[in-house]
Amino acid sequence: MIRNSAAEMAAKLNAGDITSVELTQLHLDRIASVDTDVHAFLYVNNEGALAQAAEVDAKRAAGEKLSPLAGVPLALKDVMTQKGVPTTCGSKILEGWRPPYDSTVVTNLKKNGIVILGKTNMDEFAMGSSTENSAYGPTHNPWDLSRIPGGSGGGSSAALAAFEAPLAIGTDTGGSIRQPAAVTGTVGVKPTYGGVSRFGLVAFSSSLDQAGPCARTVLDAALLHEAIAGHDPKDSTSINAPVPQVVAAAKSGDVKGMKIGVVKELNGEGYQSGVRSRFEESLELLAAAGAEIVEVSAPNFEYALAAYYLIAPSECSSNLARFDAMRYGLRVGDVDGASAESVMNLTREVGFGREVKRRIILGTYALSSGYYDAYYGSAQKVRTLITQDFNNAFEKCDVMVSPTCPTTAFKIGEKSNDPIAMYLNDIATIPVNMAGIGGMSLPAGLAPEDGLPVGFQIMAPAMQDDRMYLVGAALEAALLSKWGAPLLSKIPALAGA
Amino acid sequence: MTSLSRDDVANLARLARIEMSDEELVNLSKEFTVILDAVARVQEVAGADVQPTSHPLPLRNVFRPDVVVASLTPEEALSGAPAQEESRFRVPQILGEE
Amino acid sequence: MALTYDEVMAKYEPVLGLEVHVELNTNSKMFCGCSTIFGAEPNTQTCPVCLALPGALPTVNEVAIESTIKIGLALNCSIAPFSRFARKNYFYPDMPKNFQISQYDEPICVNGYVDVEIETDEGPKVFRIEIERVHMEEDTGKSLHVGGATGRIHGAEYSLLDYNRAGIPLVEIVTKIVPGTGKYAPEVAKAYVAELRDILRSLGVSDVKMEQGSLRCDANVSLRLIGVETLGTRSETKNVNSLRSVERAIRGEMIRHAELLNKGERVVQETRHFQEDTGLTRSGRSKEQAEDYRYFPEPDLVPVAPDAAWIETLRAALPERPSIHRKRLQEAWAVPEKEMAAMINADVLNIVEATVTLGADPVKARSWWLGEISRIANDKDVAIANLPITPSDVAEIVALVSAGELTDKLARQVIEGVIAGEGKPAAVIAARGIKVVNDDGALMAAIEKVCAEQPETAEKIRNGHLPAAGALIGAVMKETKGQADAARVRTLLLSHLGQGE
Repeated sequence: MIRNSAAEMAAKLNAGDITSVELTQLHLDRIASVDTDVHAFLYVNNEGALAQAAEVDAKRAAGEKLSPLAGVPLALKDVMTQKGVPTTCGSKILEGWRPPYDSTVVTNLKKNGIVILGKTNMDEFAMGSSTENSAYGPTHNPWDLSRIPGGSGGGSSAALAAFEAPLAIGTDTGGSIRQPAAVTGTVGVKPTYGGVSRFGLVAFSSSLDQAGPCARTVLDAALLHEAIAGHDPKDSTSINAPVPQVVAAAKSGDVKGMKIGVVKELNGEGYQSGVRSRFEESLELLAAAGAEIVEVSAPNFEYALAAYYLIAPSECSSNLARFDAMRYGLRVGDVDGASAESVMNLTREVGFGREVKRRIILGTYALSSGYYDAYYGSAQKVRTLITQDFNNAFEKCDVMVSPTCPTTAFKIGEKSNDPIAMYLNDIATIPVNMAGIGGMSLPAGLAPEDGLPVGFQIMAPAMQDDRMYLVGAALEAALLSKWGAPLLSKIPALAGA
Repeated sequence: MTSLSRDDVANLARLARIEMSDEELVNLSKEFTVILDAVARVQEVAGADVQPTSHPLPLRNVFRPDVVVASLTPEEALSGAPAQEESRFRVPQILGEE
Repeated sequence: MALTYDEVMAKYEPVLGLEVHVELNTNSKMFCGCSTIFGAEPNTQTCPVCLALPGALPTVNEVAIESTIKIGLALNCSIAPFSRFARKNYFYPDMPKNFQISQYDEPICVNGYVDVEIETDEGPKVFRIEIERVHMEEDTGKSLHVGGATGRIHGAEYSLLDYNRAGIPLVEIVTKIVPGTGKYAPEVAKAYVAELRDILRSLGVSDVKMEQGSLRCDANVSLRLIGVETLGTRSETKNVNSLRSVERAIRGEMIRHAELLNKGERVVQETRHFQEDTGLTRSGRSKEQAEDYRYFPEPDLVPVAPDAAWIETLRAALPERPSIHRKRLQEAWAVPEKEMAAMINADVLNIVEATVTLGADPVKARSWWLGEISRIANDKDVAIANLPITPSDVAEIVALVSAGELTDKLARQVIEGVIAGEGKPAAVIAARGIKVVNDDGALMAAIEKVCAEQPETAEKIRNGHLPAAGALIGAVMKETKGQADAARVRTLLLSHLGQGE
């Protein structure tokens, strides 16, 4: 049962084959049995989830009309507030904090009767590509427990791959939904910026952050996408327009006549051979399905990483200033005679991890007087150039594609002392955030050399998110008929299971 | 090649309100030499003719009507407070400006 | 060796710069829906946004934007077709986000001016104060310092924070440097703040109560030797919260600077606090470790780009400038300067104007509001505007008096009744049975009776000694319990005694 897709689970709930309480309990049991090894969850809300499930069951029994995913369980990245449920963002500085309000995403999930199992592990304040920066210990990739599950949303993607939840919420600032999806063989979508409300998403980099759906199939992702997306007056940067028809697109999967642009600069040198071969194979399958493959160029993408590591730290240095020990969270050094300033300094020293401090200091520098134009100002100009590259390329194609990341999952600890090497993981995912457009990663198979999942990235113009689902569904169907079973059926069994 | 001295980092840490040991300051100043070198590449293409982008979407004039909505209760507002007194957040003595 | 003001002025020229912060009187806060009502219980007007809880996002109050544009237009500013919010980053416990959402290099209003007129040795003179910018920002919370001897920040053991005020919309109005005021600098500054206050009040965008902090002035002062171009070092005096204090603070700073400069010492660029009791300023935070505010565009908000149609609609609806308005009323009503000032001081100008608009004679309207009604307001210790009597009530009463249906004395009773909550004038008249006796028959009976009682006085009048009429008129009024129209009594009496025209 837990290996079903969310759509299949929803059908069984509808048919009365199982209740939401039973389905939720199955997942809670699964978490109890495997999460000691995987460590996808920071908090499991047993009572809350079962209560929510019972409510959905009662409504169903009363004959109320329910949303498509009503009663299906979900794992929530710990960066989203949920009223009364601990929200840490993977940081010591928020240990024990229980928000007095729901994020809009959580409000939408509850409205749709989607059962929230608990909060998933992440790199501290979403800064990282491996979940090793969590103050509560790393998450392990269910494909190989010695490897990283990607980051920052490694907890959400690992929970999907370990069958601890059929759905999850992630957030993507530079690839934090797509890269974990790629390295765990799951599907992750970063919608167009403004497509899903950021209200209640604890900000890392406000102009880049975007919440989105994580799932095991393209259709599941689309169903979750529709449940959480839409205009929110509480978020001034939310798009006030109808949500693209992503579910219809995921059901159609018709790519005949579509032009698919392969980004010249996001391939080749620096990309693992198995990543490249799976990518090429996917292109052939799409061509066979009737799409036209063209090559497009984006010459300024090579500056995206540099610009990202100026913009994101700058915004985070300001966003994280509120963690100051005055109103909530950790307080250190409040001894007799201590000043507020010294308590702030000590709390932030102890409460933040190394990567967070590194980025705060970098951002403080990039914004400081005398350096603003050279760093933050220049980075914003690069952002304009990247957007122009996308605009030019989308004149020649309907979607753009690339491998999601240069390599498959690396070993835990392998890159933790080399920030630059770690940053390079996001080289193919960052341009999408810089331009605010949509991006999807879905499994393209296993790399022959290490047997680990490879991700295929689809990028669509702003507010045309349905195009990613069209192409994603086509590729998923072609791969499924080639493999005969979903990729995750090949995942090694976990010890506890 | 840009570099930041230990004292430069110490000043940034003061602005960012993060206590740092001498060792941390020295380490960060070394790391920053490498990181700044990498990020300084943005200057290669950021010509005067390029407009900066601060918002990914071209939205304008997003306003809220001037209507009062329910606040949190003081209990909710103070629920996360490390210390409180008389429905106020209790904080250590504030030095500096009055 | 304290210097006199004249000694300072003999050697130096002052240069001013004024920053005024105005709290707007919107219903809700700048970036969230919390109420802005003054004086609520601590932390009852807070939410995730104004407490800066993780994940919360700001949203812009439309009326605050509109009010700011109105202020800009009233101050003759250009309204920027594109403006943005920026984050001003610095740590302070009463500022929950540890940054203030403000505006930096793209303010909403720029380049305006205000003309103020003051009395100089050569007669009235107009000084033009140029406005550099008007921008939007948000207020901070309030801290209460506990422990220590003074209850002030220094020596306090800890502080208690209330965030009800955090996020209340603030508009900052910044002048360009103001040279050329010479010895009138303190008066010009005071006149400027007063004019600003009147303009803001006429726009209805703020309570402009300096004593409650809804209008606050920071005064920058520097001195330079007369004839020298280069600006001297300035000090910034905060905490100036009355018009009189603006004048005192600037005068005090000018003398303090001059004394330092004369001794060959330098003026320190710093923030100083004005002390109401002594009239002196005290050094505040020194800026030895310069703050670096690291401004950058607020990524959680989108740009403000008011279209021309909106701006023109607001411009068309602007009230007349208070100073021009006053001059026009003064001319139209032919009011002496002194009485005009009395109305302004008593804050009844608008009420009188409203009463006149409803048809009342300006002299009568003024005398009721400044006289009887002001007296009652004083007795009750409430503002005139808060008394339950309206311009239309007064206009009605004035009309009844001139129609001869009420005497002044009866009108006072009606006013008293309206204020006492007995209803509108007509209701008070009906309920109290107030009625002018203007039935000539009844009056004639009373006159005949009085003449019969006082034959000697009547005889004097008959013989042309008109001043004696007063006594008989008084007696008739008494006879009719004050309800007669005295003028009518006089006419009838004189005619009865053969003295009619």
